[in-house]
Amino acid sequence: MSAKLSVEWVNPFIVATEEILSTVAMIEPKRGKLLLKKDNTVEYDVSGIIGITGEAIGSIALSFHKQTAIKVVSNFTGEEVLGIDADTADAIGELTNMIAGRAKKLFSEKGVKLKISVPNVVIGKNHTISSPKSTPTIVIPFESESGDFAIQVSLVPNKSED
Amino acid sequence: MRIITVDDSSTMRRIIKNTLKRIGYGDEIVEAENGKEALGILSNNEVDLIITDWNMPVMDGLTFVKKIRANSKFDDVPIIMVTTEAAKEDIITALKAGVNNYIVKPFTPQVLKEKIEAVMGLKD
Repeated sequence: MSAKLSVEWVNPFIVATEEILSTVAMIEPKRGKLLLKKDNTVEYDVSGIIGITGEAIGSIALSFHKQTAIKVVSNFTGEEVLGIDADTADAIGELTNMIAGRAKKLFSEKGVKLKISVPNVVIGKNHTISSPKSTPTIVIPFESESGDFAIQVSLVPNKSED
Repeated sequence: MRIITVDDSSTMRRIIKNTLKRIGYGDEIVEAENGKEALGILSNNEVDLIITDWNMPVMDGLTFVKKIRANSKFDDVPIIMVTTEAAKEDIITALKAGVNNYIVKPFTPQVLKEKIEAVMGLKD
């Protein structure tokens, strides 16, 4: 794969997001235009974040507005969710974990070995996620019948693993 | 059948528990948040089946499985790993550590039922 962050580094995360959310949350996300994030203008209410190491280093974040998170988690757990609490946060973390795990398998099939961390979840109205300046972030917005959400892929190939 | 389900995610423990009830294995289910907590529970309780995640804080599933297999008290208890780690090399690593069967999240109730029947059949 290319030594720079490009679509081929982002595509596995897009495919994984579409597959996992359609399977477990019964939504059909439609991908919007990819954005190279230049400042902290992308704001959400709850985000699941997973660190990535191995042949690339960085993170993936799955970010929702409150109402979207409530609908997606209700579909995922089969139980009506009324707000963002510890259980909702745990479910968002698990969804992020499933997406990262699926993407890891897709990378593995291309010969790229990655390791993923356990998920962390950030809750806060209109929060943003920052990455080091040396790590470019691509934002992939999605539309769905349950509301809009996004994944943010911050990744650089790890030259020490070459 | 007495089953322990080990996962740091309360959501996944709830989903696994509800699925086990749906497929007829919900009689006795014990929960643990990580391998260390599960080892503590198992030191005082016997189970017929262990269902464990891989990526967990405190003690991950792979370390937990190795400790179980190194203990003569538990070394024949069937273990199913339910995880997002779906790469072929990960599955081989888990099987080498002593896992009897492997399920990639997300999974259907039918898959969990088939895997349980497979490992319990092996035990017989």
